[in-house]
Amino acid sequence: MKQDLIIINGQLIDPRLGFIKDADMAIKDGQILKIFDKKRITEKELAKYEPEEIIDAKGCIVTTGMVDIHVHFREPGREDKETIMSGSQAAAAGGFTSVCCMPNTTPAIDNQETVKFVTSLAEKGDCRVYCIGAITKGRQGKELAEIGDLVKAGVVGVSDDGDYVQNPEVMRRALEYSSMFDIPVISHAEDCQLAGDGKMNESYESSRLGIPGTPAVAEEIAIIRDIKLAGLTGARLHIAHVSTAGGVEAIRRGKAEGVKVTGEAAPHHFCLTDKMIGEKYDTNLRVSPPLRTEKDRLALIEGLVDGTIDCIATDHAPHTEEEKDVEFDHAPPGMIGLETCLGLAITYLVEKGYLTVPDLIRKLTVNPAGIVGLEVGSLEVGEVADLTIFDPNKKWVVKESKIVSKCKNSPFIDMKLKGKVKATIMGGRVTYRS
Amino acid sequence: MALSSRHLLQLEGTSKEDLDLILDTSVGFREILDRPIKKVPPLRGKTVVNLFYENSTRTRISFELAEKRLSADTINFSTSTSSVKKGETLRDTVRNIEAMKIDMVVVRHGSTGVPYYLTQCLDANIINAGDGTHEHPTQGLLDIFTIRQKYNKIKGLRVLLVGDIRHSRVARSNIWGLKTLGASVAVCGPTTLLPYEAEKFGIDVYTNLDEAMEGVDVVNILRIQLERQKAGLFPSQREYSNLFGITRERLKRLNKNFTIMHPGPMNRGIEITNKVADGPASVILEQVTNGQAVRMAVLYLLSNVDAHEDKAIE
Repeated sequence: MKQDLIIINGQLIDPRLGFIKDADMAIKDGQILKIFDKKRITEKELAKYEPEEIIDAKGCIVTTGMVDIHVHFREPGREDKETIMSGSQAAAAGGFTSVCCMPNTTPAIDNQETVKFVTSLAEKGDCRVYCIGAITKGRQGKELAEIGDLVKAGVVGVSDDGDYVQNPEVMRRALEYSSMFDIPVISHAEDCQLAGDGKMNESYESSRLGIPGTPAVAEEIAIIRDIKLAGLTGARLHIAHVSTAGGVEAIRRGKAEGVKVTGEAAPHHFCLTDKMIGEKYDTNLRVSPPLRTEKDRLALIEGLVDGTIDCIATDHAPHTEEEKDVEFDHAPPGMIGLETCLGLAITYLVEKGYLTVPDLIRKLTVNPAGIVGLEVGSLEVGEVADLTIFDPNKKWVVKESKIVSKCKNSPFIDMKLKGKVKATIMGGRVTYRS
Repeated sequence: MALSSRHLLQLEGTSKEDLDLILDTSVGFREILDRPIKKVPPLRGKTVVNLFYENSTRTRISFELAEKRLSADTINFSTSTSSVKKGETLRDTVRNIEAMKIDMVVVRHGSTGVPYYLTQCLDANIINAGDGTHEHPTQGLLDIFTIRQKYNKIKGLRVLLVGDIRHSRVARSNIWGLKTLGASVAVCGPTTLLPYEAEKFGIDVYTNLDEAMEGVDVVNILRIQLERQKAGLFPSQREYSNLFGITRERLKRLNKNFTIMHPGPMNRGIEITNKVADGPASVILEQVTNGQAVRMAVLYLLSNVDAHEDKAIE
């Protein structure tokens, strides 16, 4: 009997059922065929199975495939930065088996055709690619996109990410309308008038450097408004890339009041602060929302710890070397994030004692999946074999030459991290092996 | 004696020793400016480019004169006469200039950090002539030199900067240089034109000008840019002038001998009146002359750092 794949010597952590056990696993036809949880698979049994590949997961954790609900794969429109294919490969290299693409492409994902286009490109890719549709036509913040049509085509949420829906009336209708389809409205919460022409966080650092700043209140006010509207409409609201202490607090209060609000944090916001910008004016540190202060960073971690912030999402935003090799304030905002996410989370959250490994896994699997209504399997016989295998203790250095994404705009290059993906498996196929 | 850096990018973090060396060296160059023949040979054979991405008259002319008086060959490169308008990147422009074998670059640019960026892609000595609203170190130095010339010291003096501190690179360079040399620094301006968390600079922050001027020796008046009014940061020139204008009446009322400075160009009748600008307490034109001397000293010292390094390598 020929087996597809056997994973030996690993520790299984199931974020859905909550179990942790040392066990080997056989995978066939894209599904989990058998779990050897009474005792490890013997040499004899192994020989009998004749697997095509044996993955030795010694020292590694085997868990449900990771989900990133916030990436920019740039296709259609900017295939020089990333394509659905290259993005899916970067996702696999980062341990992800499912991602959600934001709709700020050219044209925007505000119609069925574009959804179908992206989905068809993803068929041969190395991870499952879902679309977030636009809230408004052309992401202009004026008229609602045909959200019903978009849902029919498969979108799992709507967002005008990159821009805030400035008009509160439009946002109210978007929430009301989307609630018919039980999908979340994802808000890029930043009041653009208050943000002005800010290129970094408004703080003593921006004062010192003389770079125009975006105040934290531009985000806080935007989040508070949207939570009020979500409360009014009973709709599901998700706050993308929360970056401020006030934003975390607003979500905490919203949840306590029973509003259906969730939040995500990007690794760069819980790892870095605005203090780094003045060192070398690294344009890879220019992101939107901007890197904030140490106080905000710690509040974000506190939010992750107490559950206010439900999940981690990378906001993977590729930009070419040419676009980033300019004056700091001329650089487009954004950094790539898929391939450093797990290492950063382990280094900055687990190693520092804020989260346990099982806690972290939930924030990278079941929690984000739940927000956009994706099914996530558990580590049981018959389930789809979407798996992430990682070594939580492996130390490594982020090397530019090893980055799979088309763009290398990461401030983490040459940084030492702990925790590395060993292999990624999507539907029983190994999509990445280190 | 040599400077500890090959470049002059900012006064924040520049050591007291380096500041003192530049100021002491400036004294000699200031004397040269009073001679009938104002040209000396130290930069003979060196080529300096003045790379100006922003309009500037006095700073560019001041640098150019300083370079010429040190016998350097100089070229001027400004946006209106260059390929920048054709969409060439900063990196390409700068690398092209370097391919022409330039020894020193004096740069002014609208973006913070550009002088630092140049140090990363060029071998030349870089002098910051103003980057965004970050720093303008030679202006800071010439202001400090002018104060030192008058008082023979910096330590223990109290200097007040008045006006649009938030958008002023002159203010930042003055603050850092003066603090390092032991002066106490205060700023005063409308709250909308003060930097966010200004007190973290280690300065005293005022919005009432009469209060701010108490116990002050030197008042350095910054230019109020009229586009700030259009951006809604203050309601009218009239109101600005009433609240923050330095007038003879105000000086008389406060009954103290202040030294009046202004980095120029002045909006006469708005932040400063004619009677004050041209009055006995004003050292505004002396600042301009001293600017020459200080820039000569900086150019001379930075070219020297190279010479020392070369010897060390041999």
